[in-house]
Amino acid sequence: MDSILFIIAAVAAIGCGLNLVLQKHPISSALSLIGVMSSLALLYLLLGAEFIAMAQMIVYGGAVMVLFIFVIMLLNAGTEKRSDKSLFAQIAGFPLLAVLVVLLAFLIRETQFPAKVTDVHFGSWVGGTAEAIGLKLFGQFLLPFEVISVLILIAILGAVVLARKEIE
Amino acid sequence: MDHIPVSWYLTLSAILFGMGVAGFIYRKSVITVFMSIELMLNAVNLTFVTFSYQNANVDGHIYSFFVMVVAAAEAAVGLAIILTIFKNRGTLQIDEIDSMKL
Repeated sequence: MDSILFIIAAVAAIGCGLNLVLQKHPISSALSLIGVMSSLALLYLLLGAEFIAMAQMIVYGGAVMVLFIFVIMLLNAGTEKRSDKSLFAQIAGFPLLAVLVVLLAFLIRETQFPAKVTDVHFGSWVGGTAEAIGLKLFGQFLLPFEVISVLILIAILGAVVLARKEIE
Repeated sequence: MDHIPVSWYLTLSAILFGMGVAGFIYRKSVITVFMSIELMLNAVNLTFVTFSYQNANVDGHIYSFFVMVVAAAEAAVGLAIILTIFKNRGTLQIDEIDSMKL
């Protein structure tokens, strides 16, 4: 059952990711990105991270993607035009990228991780509850939490200022 | 087979990151380039959660929570910048916005 769910989510994530890169219209890419985020939420659930899975669905799949789709529709963004300006990226891009991914996969296969757990089995670790994360967040990570609230405030002010008036 | 090796999750994360890099390099629409960045951040989050599972420790979840928060803030500011660029330039093609190019 675990492997079936993992394979479904992984195939959906990779398929939607390919669709994101290959589609010409931004709205198709945005909808594929929602697919990637939903399948990642399923993978988080398989890894016992229930709080992060729900946060992923609400913050990414909900808020951030609605913002993206609003902007795409507000700007009436059409299909993008092809251009031949970046010749190096067009010729050498995909081979270099394939080398990068194969190298990463090889490193992951060969590394001996210094931990006892090497297999993922759904339900064998259920530490990622809201309670555990809340205790950690408001104990050990209290200062980063407060700093990040200031960051959010600055981001809101910056977004309002940028979107409000014309900047010459 | 009821157990999935941890390395499968990490490899899936590497593949997703690679696809994000491909979109970042190849696509010409500013919005799609921005969405590719979000895809890369998501791939990194999957790595954090996987290592968190492996060590039976909740720290990785906290990091991935912080990444989510920063990504949301970044999306708000970045989309406001895209709106401003479109208002001033009237284009979303990334190679027509080249006034900072040498």
